[in-house]
Amino acid sequence: MRFLNRSVGRLSRHRRRPVAGLLLLLLGLVLTGSLYAALAPSSTADSAQSDEELVAQGRELFLVGCAFCHGQNGEGVLTQDGNQLGPTLVGVGAAAVDFQVGTGRMPAVQPGAQNPTKPGSYTQDEIDALAAYVASLGPGPAVPNPEDYSLAGMSEEERQEAVSRGGQIFLTNCTACHNFAGKGGAMPHGGYAPALSNTTARHIYEALLTGPGQMPSFSNGNLSPEEKRDVIAYLYSLRDQPEYGGFDLGGMGPVSEGLFAWLVGIGSLVGVATWIAAHTARSSKPKKSNSGEEFAA
Amino acid sequence: MSNGHDSHLPGLPGDDSHDAAHDGHGGALVPEEPIPNPGLPEHVWRPTDVDAKAERRAERQIATLFGLSTVCVVLFVVSYVVFGVNGGADGKSVRTIGGLGASNVALGVTLGGALLFIGVGLIQWARKLMADHEIVEMRHPARSSDEDREETVRVLALGADESGIARRPLVRNSLLGAVGVLIAPAVVLLKDLGPTNRDVTDSQPYPGAGLEHTVWDKGMRVVRDVVGTPIRPGDLEIGDLVNAEPAMIFEVDDEGEPVLEGVPLQIAKSKGAVVVVRMLPGENKPAPGRENWAVDGILCYSKICTHVGCPISLYEKKTHHLLCPCHQSTFDLADAAKVVFGPAARPLPQLPLMVDDDGYLVAQSDFKEPVGPSYWERDSQQSTSK
Amino acid sequence: MSIDTSRVAKTNTTAATAKKSNPVGGVAEWADDRLGLAALAKKNLRKVFPDHWSFMLGEIALWSFVVLLLSGVFLTLWFTPSMGETTYQGSYAQLRGVSMSEAFASALRLSFDVRGGLLMRQIHHWAAMLFVAAMMVHLLRVFFTGAHRKPRELNWVVGALLLILGTLEGFTGYSLPDDLLSGTGIRAADGFIKSQPVIGTYMSFLLFGGEFPGDVIIPRLYIVHVLLIPGLLLALITAHMILLVYHKHTQWPGPGRTEQNVVGFPMLPVYAAKAGGFFFCVFGVAAMMGGLLTINPIWKYGPYDPSKVTAGSQPDWYMGWPDGALRIMPNIESHFWHRTWSWNVFLPIIVLPMLLFTIVLLLPFIESWITGDKRDHHLLQRPRDAPGRTATMVALMTLYGVFWIAGGNDIIAIRLNLSINQITYFNRAAVFIAPVIAYLITKRWCISLQRKDRETLLHGYETGIIMRSPEGGYTERHLPLPTERAYRLTARNRDPDVLAELPGGPDANGVEPPRGIAGGLAGLRHRLRKMMYADNIQKPTTEELEEGHHHAEHEHELQAPMEGHPADGHQFDGHHLVEGEKLRADD
Repeated sequence: MRFLNRSVGRLSRHRRRPVAGLLLLLLGLVLTGSLYAALAPSSTADSAQSDEELVAQGRELFLVGCAFCHGQNGEGVLTQDGNQLGPTLVGVGAAAVDFQVGTGRMPAVQPGAQNPTKPGSYTQDEIDALAAYVASLGPGPAVPNPEDYSLAGMSEEERQEAVSRGGQIFLTNCTACHNFAGKGGAMPHGGYAPALSNTTARHIYEALLTGPGQMPSFSNGNLSPEEKRDVIAYLYSLRDQPEYGGFDLGGMGPVSEGLFAWLVGIGSLVGVATWIAAHTARSSKPKKSNSGEEFAA
Repeated sequence: MSNGHDSHLPGLPGDDSHDAAHDGHGGALVPEEPIPNPGLPEHVWRPTDVDAKAERRAERQIATLFGLSTVCVVLFVVSYVVFGVNGGADGKSVRTIGGLGASNVALGVTLGGALLFIGVGLIQWARKLMADHEIVEMRHPARSSDEDREETVRVLALGADESGIARRPLVRNSLLGAVGVLIAPAVVLLKDLGPTNRDVTDSQPYPGAGLEHTVWDKGMRVVRDVVGTPIRPGDLEIGDLVNAEPAMIFEVDDEGEPVLEGVPLQIAKSKGAVVVVRMLPGENKPAPGRENWAVDGILCYSKICTHVGCPISLYEKKTHHLLCPCHQSTFDLADAAKVVFGPAARPLPQLPLMVDDDGYLVAQSDFKEPVGPSYWERDSQQSTSK
Repeated sequence: MSIDTSRVAKTNTTAATAKKSNPVGGVAEWADDRLGLAALAKKNLRKVFPDHWSFMLGEIALWSFVVLLLSGVFLTLWFTPSMGETTYQGSYAQLRGVSMSEAFASALRLSFDVRGGLLMRQIHHWAAMLFVAAMMVHLLRVFFTGAHRKPRELNWVVGALLLILGTLEGFTGYSLPDDLLSGTGIRAADGFIKSQPVIGTYMSFLLFGGEFPGDVIIPRLYIVHVLLIPGLLLALITAHMILLVYHKHTQWPGPGRTEQNVVGFPMLPVYAAKAGGFFFCVFGVAAMMGGLLTINPIWKYGPYDPSKVTAGSQPDWYMGWPDGALRIMPNIESHFWHRTWSWNVFLPIIVLPMLLFTIVLLLPFIESWITGDKRDHHLLQRPRDAPGRTATMVALMTLYGVFWIAGGNDIIAIRLNLSINQITYFNRAAVFIAPVIAYLITKRWCISLQRKDRETLLHGYETGIIMRSPEGGYTERHLPLPTERAYRLTARNRDPDVLAELPGGPDANGVEPPRGIAGGLAGLRHRLRKMMYADNIQKPTTEELEEGHHHAEHEHELQAPMEGHPADGHQFDGHHLVEGEKLRADD
């Protein structure tokens, strides 16, 4: 709980109840809608669907699920005291929509500085429609093609080089926030850089491209598509590699190691010491033989 | 002197008087104990002492433990042979046990088992089968006897007298002086552990030598770290962060040899690393005199924390805050990198940027102040922008 | 003090003497002819060590050190302490082709190309963590039980030196692989060194052979790590052991145990077996941890590069507390006469650790100055019987704990969904407030326990048996303690009556308190004595005890009609066998 987040605090004073209620209502509608969409036989995407149709479908979805915070035309909504309820979506591009909605960060349960991931509320077809609509609002990064981030078709040697180079790029640009093993890290004022252990290649690529939330962007002019692909290759190679040294203890570095040294190491050894010094079972019977005579009391 | 083999229990007669003389803090004597010492309780036998069956059972149990240890050692050798090295020669033949490296886990568990079984067996032997009578040993005071003390003092005095150390102050004091001065060679010899800051600053044995300089210079390109490519302002979007380096560390000379390698390269990286960020031009509040240090909202700051020198690149693009992962100093890059939180005392030095004829970002000059942590000789009043 | 000696075991009469007929005896005779060991062996082979779990904490440290020596020697066979540049071509694929130091490359080779090398690295690292941790737990045990008092103050000093040397040994050790994390640590250390007034820059340049990072720091740390500090550690451990043997081990008070004797098991065979077994257990636990728990996965950190850093850059746990102090220190820096005073670094990382270490080093001397107690002490005190001392150490532990939390604030923030800023603000206050609260709570807790002991001695223990009187009133039956337990509770010294002392001086005999600095010191000492002693509960005097027993007898008289009846309550007090007891008269 990021209970000291300023914007949430300020918002909550004025807005929390009506907003939460409405959001809940909207969420309910969205869920019902998407459930219907998922179950209705006619919802299977028509491959021949034209772009205009897609944008129109996206706009409908947008008005139901997103417009409350982001405005009827994606222009963004300001609260009375000047805070942003939802930022403008003009020019964020399809990639941002695909990332935010695809990872479940959007639609947000409540306004806040950082929205956690959760199981998605939209099908991929609906996300595509939403993305098409938002992309129509203004030019922005498009959803990447699979060949941008896929390693398929590379020779073993090329893949090997990509992983090595990607590791160096990762350690230079990403580990500062996301930690050396991609396990995430803390940011100011309760923010956090999320763990990358389960993020898909597509979402990693989109995050780099668009810089969700507070994350700086690594646009194609900054980090070329090949370099982004190399970072993804390195992260996937980390996932594939066995834990050579045993359980990774959360991959958080020396703090968790210290915890285990005390709890497991010192804990078990103090246990052994206690056992060594503990009194053994005693018998109520006297000793019959005479071998203990030299110790006679 | 009692060495513990006497069977009588009470303390040495001398001790009581010795104690009594000293325990009078506050003048109150320690009163008689309210309950007298009841003496050692009677020994109670263990089941293994009185029951031959229990004894044999314990014997078998302990021998089993030792046997299990040997089993573990055999398994250790087997694991050594069966599981190849951790990485596997081609990186693919790594064997795993439940996702963990097989070699390490198998060797560790079998070695640990072998050792623990011996340890537990030994302790069990001591607990169950070895005689467990508590025995009594007498203590003696740590101090020497009075006679010994007197004799020592006498011998010391004799030595002092025979050497005449008290009677010949000239000899004594000159010796003390001479030995004292012997410190000097030790100190002087350590001087060459390394050059001083002034040495390297004056002689400039490599580019950017000395704490007040870096390899940055007028016209040096700002290039991306790792890949070494130069940056055009148009390459960067609002909100971008580039971890960058001075171009010199990637440069090669005419023969294809790197300009910087080895120690100079590491030093150049350790002082020259920078972060480049792009924000909306209106968001930046440049410090007085720095109005033309940015190019289209692109700012460049030293990546080396002014606290103790960690590289720092945890950037929040909306607040423009840069956080240090070591001690959480936070700098506001939109406000001349002033410290907004944490233990760092000074803003990050800013590198003045411009665009060269080819359209790439370059430095206008070196940093205007030393990068990195504070040090005694740093003349902060003169150069800091605080 | 007279002690009933009739029931003490008459033992220890069979020292090991070499017999001629067997080969062992032959070897022994051969050796003794040349070395004269029998006299020494005779005294020490049956040396008595008292048995208590807490006496074995120091042993964990000792055996960890042996594990460190063994595993460390293995590592030196492959490790190359060089900062020369090389391009990695070993079997860890992710780093192939990356430029790195030879030190890091050889650490990778140890981990991936030497069978058991990773295991030994991890055993070594875990054992180092255990070594320092065990030393600290041992230190706490010694202080809480008063084992640091005369004549063992110097052994305390040796132990404190071992602790700081062990910490330095750990730091130099984890810095050697030259990975990203350890390199960041060395860089921060360079910042610490530079923060020192006047000498800082010179020290840094001499240590690194010029500007950071240079190419000599790893070889220099290596020789400090494998030769200098281990040598000092070995010498000091030897001194620690010799003093332990010379003073003989302390023991808990109890029946038959006095200030003049030591009761326990002989070195040969019981203690040798237990201690030897414990060595195998310590080694075994280290091996298990090395096999199952990853520590310092250097391959994920990658080689050190002065422009890279990772989130969660922390030192090993024993360096964590000064790092925490560094994190919560406000950012104060002064500039005088074109010179920089870096208080924000110098105070928390140089001054504070040296100050706290000095305090720990001097604790026995400070205590004996306050108590004025110059007697030898071989019987231990229970922590509750020295509330002031116990509370002082708990306050120090709390201080340490707050610094520790501060040192891990980013990990705590992310694991517990907190804000690093809020944790820091909290710790800035807690570092002053929490130790005081801990002191007060601990002291009152101890005194309450003392009060309970006294109550139990005077009125007996609660049996849990409720008796109903003929009038219908209910009382709980109390029974007197068994003599052995009662003795254990009373076998402690009576504290001095500090309230009767002059406020400005130590003397109850009417001597005027001194003036000036001496007077100030005497006044301080008096205040400290009052903190230490004034509220303590003393054990009952003989008269009080007798009165208590009279009272109990009176109660027994009132309950006399019950005595001898089948259900007088003894059956259920846990101190009597209930088999065959009749619960009802008519059974």
